[in-house]
Amino acid sequence: MTDDTIGGRGVNAPDVVRRDLSTEALLTVRDLRVEFGKKGQRPTTAVDEVTFEIRRGEHLGIVGESGSGKSVTSLAIMGLLPATGVRVSGQIMFDGEDLLAASEKRMRDVRGRDIAMIFQDPMTSLNPVVTIGTQISEVIRGHRDMGKAEANERAVELLRKVAMPDPGRRMKEYPHQLSGGMRQRVLIAIALANEPQLLIADEPTTALDVTIQAQILEILKQVVADTGTALIMITHDLGVVAGLCDSVHVMYQGRVVESAQRRPLFAEPRHPYTGGLLASVPRLDSPRGQPLKPIPGSPTDVLPWTQGCAFTPRCANRIDTCTEKTPALKIEGQRALRCFNPLTLSSAGGATP
Amino acid sequence: MTERRRETAEEASSKPDSTNDQLLVVRGLKVHFPIKHGILFDRTVGAVQAVDGVDLDVPRGRTFGLVGESGCGKSTLGRAILRLVEPTAGNVRFDGVDVASLQGEKLRSMRRRMQMVFQDPLASLNPRQSVETIISEPLRAHGIEYSKKNRVREVLDLVGLPASAATRFPHEFSGGQRQRIGIARAVALEPELIIADEPVSALDVSIQAQIINLLEELQERLGLTYLVIAHDLAVVRHISEEIAVMYLGGIVEQTDSEQLYLTPRHPYTIALMSAVPVPDPAIEDHRQRILLSGDLPSPANPPSGCRFHTRCPYRQETRCDTERPELRLISPGHRVACHYAEEIVAGTVTPKVDAALPV
Amino acid sequence: MTMAPPLMSPSDPMLGVDPEHGTSLWRGAWRRLRRNPVAILGALLVLAFVLIAVFASALAPYAANSREWASEVTLTSVPGPREGNLLGIDRYGSDLYSQLLYGARQSLIIGVVSTLLGLVVGAMLGILAGGLGAKVDMVVMRIVDILLSIPSLLLAVSIVAVLGQNRYAVMIAIASAQVPVFARLLRGTMLSQARSDYVLAATSLGLRRRTIVMGHVLPNSLGPTIVQATLNLSTAVIEVAALSFLGLGESDPAVAEWGRMLVAAQDRFASSPQLALWPGLAIAVSALGFTLLGEALREALDPKGRR
Repeated sequence: MTDDTIGGRGVNAPDVVRRDLSTEALLTVRDLRVEFGKKGQRPTTAVDEVTFEIRRGEHLGIVGESGSGKSVTSLAIMGLLPATGVRVSGQIMFDGEDLLAASEKRMRDVRGRDIAMIFQDPMTSLNPVVTIGTQISEVIRGHRDMGKAEANERAVELLRKVAMPDPGRRMKEYPHQLSGGMRQRVLIAIALANEPQLLIADEPTTALDVTIQAQILEILKQVVADTGTALIMITHDLGVVAGLCDSVHVMYQGRVVESAQRRPLFAEPRHPYTGGLLASVPRLDSPRGQPLKPIPGSPTDVLPWTQGCAFTPRCANRIDTCTEKTPALKIEGQRALRCFNPLTLSSAGGATP
Repeated sequence: MTERRRETAEEASSKPDSTNDQLLVVRGLKVHFPIKHGILFDRTVGAVQAVDGVDLDVPRGRTFGLVGESGCGKSTLGRAILRLVEPTAGNVRFDGVDVASLQGEKLRSMRRRMQMVFQDPLASLNPRQSVETIISEPLRAHGIEYSKKNRVREVLDLVGLPASAATRFPHEFSGGQRQRIGIARAVALEPELIIADEPVSALDVSIQAQIINLLEELQERLGLTYLVIAHDLAVVRHISEEIAVMYLGGIVEQTDSEQLYLTPRHPYTIALMSAVPVPDPAIEDHRQRILLSGDLPSPANPPSGCRFHTRCPYRQETRCDTERPELRLISPGHRVACHYAEEIVAGTVTPKVDAALPV
Repeated sequence: MTMAPPLMSPSDPMLGVDPEHGTSLWRGAWRRLRRNPVAILGALLVLAFVLIAVFASALAPYAANSREWASEVTLTSVPGPREGNLLGIDRYGSDLYSQLLYGARQSLIIGVVSTLLGLVVGAMLGILAGGLGAKVDMVVMRIVDILLSIPSLLLAVSIVAVLGQNRYAVMIAIASAQVPVFARLLRGTMLSQARSDYVLAATSLGLRRRTIVMGHVLPNSLGPTIVQATLNLSTAVIEVAALSFLGLGESDPAVAEWGRMLVAAQDRFASSPQLALWPGLAIAVSALGFTLLGEALREALDPKGRR
């Protein structure tokens, strides 16, 4: 492992040391299960047995491909899943309150004030016919007693905080007049408007170019560091998580298959899916000509979890047990792992040791 | 790791500067889309300068990577080479033939030799055609003799799909399999050049490597030449021998893959490289990230002088604002379009002090 | 380097229910259509309409326009339902039930032929405009605009006036009102399909322009046109009646026609409302059948529903 003191710290180096994490969990998700299904049809389970907790100031990453259930998990926490055709069970404890038991009226209070969310597509999350300024001040005034002028002042201040150039002028502009990166800044400003305790970012940079992604990640990192907000980062990009999150949960087909602190997870992935992902992504710093080791099949090639491990059809490490029993998430020290035949140290295609 | 890097770098620099066998030669290519205005009569009021003067040499049998962010004109460049959009100026020579001047039937038959792989595999396949029709229709169009059953099966096998795929329709496949169909359709014509426009960016992470490996295997088996267009520098670097970096319609840097990674010289390349996240916390924690300010300017109204000067941390007064830098050779096989490339290396031109946050 | 193994696994969708043939979009649409109760209801109504029209002479207890009971018709009333005359007697002394059945034939023939005519001519104009480039498009669409600018009923009246009052004039009149609808619809879908990636792919593959237009763009643009044609059948049935009602329909008084039956019902409506009720109901139900079927087709062919 590289010594932390070596080399100059980049502007983006996450200041793990400076952020003091409280020991008490801010949000605890226990056995979250989300089923979709119309009446009379067999329900499909989108998310199952999802358990994690996040403390104040912590950055938690949820990594998965399409269909992994990572976005459904975040929508469940926000209480944004449709009321009909969806069954949510388990427990979502936020600051001592079970959000799954909370009324819709209570959830409206929580959303935007205590928990805020940023989505992938900033264009569809913004109202196209209302100015940026109005959209921000509306959110501020929706949750606290504040005059219009005061709310506008606060909106400008928020835009400044997300490094929006010329915030006063931007207040009067409409979403379509802004670039993707600028719109995402507006969304972050809206999310931060009421100083939430928890910020959920669902693929916030996927639609953006890489130099803009770097800007947005940097802004996110700084604004949450300033306020001690906990951050859940949902992404398919292992690279985004590597530089940002304290702990990482890897999801596959609705269940967490591996979770650990980021350094051990990347250095020594134990689940064949985690290892497979790391070995299949071309890395900027790997020498050319080093062949990639792809994961065979596609995310649609699955075994139902009830019949065994969902990853079995694509897994190079599979053994007979994998199709006979459903693996449980076992906790070994700092790591949780759902696998009968995990990667050993030598076979793990991990990051630079 | 460092040892290995040095090795490949040496290998790369010792490679002969093969200029004699260029399959594709592009000179001064421009594609300007007119901006029209007016209610009754369209008046041309300006032009989106999507591609504005590009030179390229793609050697036979190699992979040439074209990298840049959205709006830089890389896709338009690829399409202009294939005459899928009409170039405004410049010429494209494919194996000695001037593609830009070809018309009608000559252009059509030329297309057999240069094929394209698209970003969105579902959108680029006709949803009403079976895989068999998709693959065999171009063969028929070019009057290529084939036994329908055998050729389709052969091509499917080449891209790792079972023969049973032939009777199915695009919507019945997963994303990765669809991209294989797209590739099968392209290679069925036995082309010499394949232009792959973002071939993996629409696919799930775990699938991308399959397609990248497939492209590499096919190149080896069929002796293909690739022009790979992508926004993902890691993908381009992995697959290409030579890389050109595009910014706002022009190439700003061009060299081989190793040199570009080890010694990027254009400020934009340096920033782009530093912005690509690496899935490794040990590296991420110690990387120096150069954040660019602002957004890509509009190609309808590009900045004067160096097009990058509005975002460049190394920008020098007046010269960068007024004089457009030429793509010039700064060391063997390494071209950069920057007035101060040498001074930046020497450290006599330094970046402006970073503001706390990128604006 | 070795080839990757074929990437099929037991749960792969490709090894699904039918291992021999894939499901084309047409087949998928057909499957969705069969499962839709609205489609079944619409299809049953349409089927009943067609069967009645075809077998009218076998189903009807009396000949058309027999006027057998003309003597029983008075200035103020007509005989109502009774033994032998299920729905009673019409204004001219023929069996109302029989007249109603024969009337279906007229509505169906004119409705179908005129819609087909409108579809064929409109589709040809649409293909010309959408497939042959900007200049042809410009010319064709201006012609279509001119057609559109004339109110459809006025157009129909003028055509009947010029061609004389016969069923062919009615067909042409109704068809010409439909031409611009189909032309614009097909052109629009074709132009939007022409911008799609698979058309770009077909061009880059070196396919001929004709192959691209007829083999790629057109088949993918037909869905909305088919839906529109079905929906237009319903308006055509109504228009046939409307023209007759205005006295511009079939001139031969021996031919039973729903619209004319409505006209005939006018002066005795107070005492014998059944004279207007049954033909009115016949028009509404047959039009409803086509509308339901069209809406169900739209749902089945909707590309959004296929993922």
